Amino acid sequence: MRFLSLIFTNLRRHRLRALIGVAGIGFGVAAMLAILAIVTGAIGMFERILSTDSHYLVFEKNVSDLFFSSVTTEQVRDIRALPQVESAHPLLFGIVSAAGNPVVTCFGIEADDPRLVRGEWRAGARADFGKGEGEIFLGARAAEFLQAKFGETVEIGRGTFKVGGIFKNENGFEDGGVFLPLKDAQAFFHREGAASVVAVKLRDQAEGAAFKKAVETAHPGVIALENREFSQSYNSFKILNFTAWAVGICAFFLGGLGVANTMLLSVFGRIREIAVLRVCGFSERQVAALIFGEAAMIAAGGLAVGFTIGLGVLGVMEHVPQFNGYVQARVEPLVVAGIAVTALVTAVAGAIYPARFAARIQPAEALRYE
Amino acid sequence: MKARGEIVASARDVTKTYDRGRITVLQGVSLDVRAGEVVALWGASGSGKSTLLHLLGGLDAPDSGTLAVCGLDPCHEASRNRLRREAVGFVFQLHNLIPDLTVEENIRVPALAAGKGKMDTAARVRVLVEQVGLGHRIGHRVQDLSGGERQRTAICRALMNAPRLLLADEPTGALDEQTGDAIFALLKELAAREGVAVVLATHERRFAEACDRIVRVRNGKVSEV
Repeated sequence: MRFLSLIFTNLRRHRLRALIGVAGIGFGVAAMLAILAIVTGAIGMFERILSTDSHYLVFEKNVSDLFFSSVTTEQVRDIRALPQVESAHPLLFGIVSAAGNPVVTCFGIEADDPRLVRGEWRAGARADFGKGEGEIFLGARAAEFLQAKFGETVEIGRGTFKVGGIFKNENGFEDGGVFLPLKDAQAFFHREGAASVVAVKLRDQAEGAAFKKAVETAHPGVIALENREFSQSYNSFKILNFTAWAVGICAFFLGGLGVANTMLLSVFGRIREIAVLRVCGFSERQVAALIFGEAAMIAAGGLAVGFTIGLGVLGVMEHVPQFNGYVQARVEPLVVAGIAVTALVTAVAGAIYPARFAARIQPAEALRYE
Repeated sequence: MKARGEIVASARDVTKTYDRGRITVLQGVSLDVRAGEVVALWGASGSGKSTLLHLLGGLDAPDSGTLAVCGLDPCHEASRNRLRREAVGFVFQLHNLIPDLTVEENIRVPALAAGKGKMDTAARVRVLVEQVGLGHRIGHRVQDLSGGERQRTAICRALMNAPRLLLADEPTGALDEQTGDAIFALLKELAAREGVAVVLATHERRFAEACDRIVRVRNGKVSEV
């Protein structure tokens, strides 16, 4: 028998308690994985919307969210005129409601926008974008949940539009979105002459600094950020990430209390046994290691169970029609590592008091009174 | 193995109290135990026999006095761990085996504490179980054993790390007379074979008289009989 097998044996002997601990950690892992994967996926989708075929993003300085940003038509024109710029695509965001769908994302774009070029057209043609009066174009998923077909009329917000085309897009937000010609979107959202953001592609990426300086000098009210820089500094991403980790860690905290309870019950239930181990020569450290080892095994079991449940839940959520394709989970190695470390730390932290208690059991006293 | 006659355990003027000094259990106790001898600590319940065994085995520390067991000082925590791991074996009135572990796994617990692997100890375990007649029960869980078999397993566990001092606290107390006699005989036989000094706490005169030496424990004091 090895030390490790004694740990397994102890868990097997108190299997119900061990399973409760595993369940506690498992639910924490599943919750954290699901939340983080959804949030990371959502951030990723949003990043891809912004960074489509571009190097830099230009938007209004000091706005709390891009939905409130305004880059004027004149500013877009000036940006396009800069020598470093190959192309610049203004994009206006808006959110409306439709029957049965409280949140429908709208994108105001120009006819040469890369999204239209990249899309897999299911009905209509890219060439018709912006040609017809009162027309909107739908992502394939949006067409499904709005139950709208090509040529039919659909009510979105306060307006009624004709579906001018339907195209499939890899990005969940875009695939579940509604596309309007920029001018129509500006009129619809009362944002005449404004875009939320401008995605800029440079002729030479090495000229980024010169481009940034030129834009920000000519237009002090806007800021130009590299895509990567934007992702790292955008407040909404930071808030989303922080919230996800905070909620996940709270779930773990509950799991940790479960482990503490499990281990404490386990130690209280075998005081005499621990005393016997001490009589047989186990040091305080070895006894503590035994308890920490059991907690770590519970964490490992919880991780396996939690990842299985979490990935299963995410798989289901991605295919539930009610989510309108907005769930595109992204499980990043860093997230997996973070969850694993949090689970282990939580379980071990939960075992500190039980291990301390177990290590301090005085064999003579325990054997005398038990 | 130490030569017969050499002192393996020594207590000098040892005092132990409980309840913040209100209850004196041992008072000025001095005792020598020599290699290979079987010493009976004979006395009534509550006389201090178990406490003296606990002090000799490093399970507890005295309030005053000095102890030396196999060259180690049980008064110090660091020495106590080493003492229990390397030099002393315990047999209790209740077998105190770990449930759900097999006979073999229970016997191997002290080896585990000493960091010895299964390969290092397989032969030793086999010899011990054969000596106590439990070779056919080696893979059985301890809850499937009789009282006598459990106590024999406990004796094997106590001898696993080849201690020089075996401390037995009423090892026959929970057994019927016949099984008790058999266990006592086995304990003596194994001690002689392994060259281990034994200190046996008992309240039964017949067991005390069968030992090499009787030390009477009464009201926390000891005297040779």
